[in-house]
Amino acid sequence: MESVTIAAFLHPVLAAALAPLLPGVINRVKAFFAGRTGPSLLQPYRDLARLLRKGAVFSPTTTGLFQLAPAAGLAITLVAMALLPAGGFPALLPFPGDFLLLVGLLALARFILILAALDTGSSFEGMGASREAAFAVLSEPALLLGLAAAVRVSGELSLSGIMAAASAGAWTTAAPALLLVLGSLLAVFLTENARIPVDDPNTHLELTMIHEVMVLDHSGPDLALIEFGAALRLWVFGALIVGLATPLRTGVPLADAGIFLAGMLALVGFVGVLESAIARLRLLRVPQFLVGAIAFSVLALVLVLR
Amino acid sequence: MTPWLDTLMVLVVFTSLKLLGSSRLGSCIRTAAFQGVLLGLLPIVAHPGSLAPRLLCMSAAAIGLKGIVFPWLLFRALRGARVRREVEPFVGYTSSLLIGVLALIAALWAARHLRVPGRPISPLLVPVALSTMLVGLFLIISRKKALSQVLGYLVFENGIYAFGVGVAYEAPLLVELGVLLDVFVAVFVMGIAIFHIRREFDSIDTTRLETLRY
Repeated sequence: MESVTIAAFLHPVLAAALAPLLPGVINRVKAFFAGRTGPSLLQPYRDLARLLRKGAVFSPTTTGLFQLAPAAGLAITLVAMALLPAGGFPALLPFPGDFLLLVGLLALARFILILAALDTGSSFEGMGASREAAFAVLSEPALLLGLAAAVRVSGELSLSGIMAAASAGAWTTAAPALLLVLGSLLAVFLTENARIPVDDPNTHLELTMIHEVMVLDHSGPDLALIEFGAALRLWVFGALIVGLATPLRTGVPLADAGIFLAGMLALVGFVGVLESAIARLRLLRVPQFLVGAIAFSVLALVLVLR
Repeated sequence: MTPWLDTLMVLVVFTSLKLLGSSRLGSCIRTAAFQGVLLGLLPIVAHPGSLAPRLLCMSAAAIGLKGIVFPWLLFRALRGARVRREVEPFVGYTSSLLIGVLALIAALWAARHLRVPGRPISPLLVPVALSTMLVGLFLIISRKKALSQVLGYLVFENGIYAFGVGVAYEAPLLVELGVLLDVFVAVFVMGIAIFHIRREFDSIDTTRLETLRY
């Protein structure tokens, strides 16, 4: 029992240590496709360290909420991490129905960031917040319906159970449905993490930004917390996708952890390739992209419910 | 057998959704043709092993007409009409997609309450056929360009064809071929009609036809 508890703590600790690596890998892949050398893989860590050493500036129009939001958002994402199993490591707090709590926590983290953005009273941040909320309305049903389909395929109500079943042979019996769920989750992954077909993380034109514009007023350690939270969010959605996509499990914890990490690297590498290959969608087309994701999820649910 | 059939059914639903969501007429024609080819494969996939001449004949006729002849006719009409995209449909693309999802759910509900004689080849078949018909009808009423409406008609017919192949397998070959011939004539006539509408109004926007009243 003791060893299980220690192993359960491994995933959140590992995630916190390695999450900033993921944006680094994406940037490196994009640089490779653009013919540049690109920033070092450790650049996100250096950015975080630099931001943490700086002081924060708060606009006089903001209230305490604005100062509270970065820490609260990060804390909520860390709690979400405790619900996720990874490879051979069990989740810290698995219970039946925890996938609903996971979706709720991720929504709560976004809600707090939106509140902080509205708190600044800036019209740009208000616009970003309204876009973020509008797209969330469409990405959440896609995520929930997709997870519901995965629950139905596996017959398990906890994320650990779902992922164990996906590795144990659900891929041989319900491959079309699981593929649809993965497609839908990938669209949600790109939306929630402000990646390219939906939002461009590198753009600095306020009229087209969604997520980046919301955090314009944060500075210093607050910005570091937000950036770190964003990296963790990337990890949470990535772990969800990799956990569902892994068709086999060796039973040796270390080997499974290796497979999991390789899966995560493959996923962010794929995102880097995707971002190099396609352009950002027009803002008006984004809802269509997300309704497509909902259609994938509904179709998966239909396939397994009949 | 069932996984292939399921995959085929899912692909058919995708093509319907793609038709609902895309504005370029050329890609719409190609998507509708692809859907026709998928449904042409349906008799072969549904009855593996028995490569009866009847089945092959039906498949070949369907694929040949829907995959080659119709796209050719429609592309010819498109070139003549000089339109590339459906500009302002009555219902927007995102709402159309949502309606497509709703149509699928409605079709599932209806299929559960529909007593079909005989045993369908797949439990997904009746809902997919019904939803394809609904999408076809919806395309006809929600788009303005005559060409998109012809595509809606084709999708509608695809749904009926899927229903026929899956449920009434024993229906005589002659009836199936008769239906295909009807559709062929219809698309042919509509292609000519599009040409004439274009020549008269310099547009294939069907809303312009209202001016005939005055």
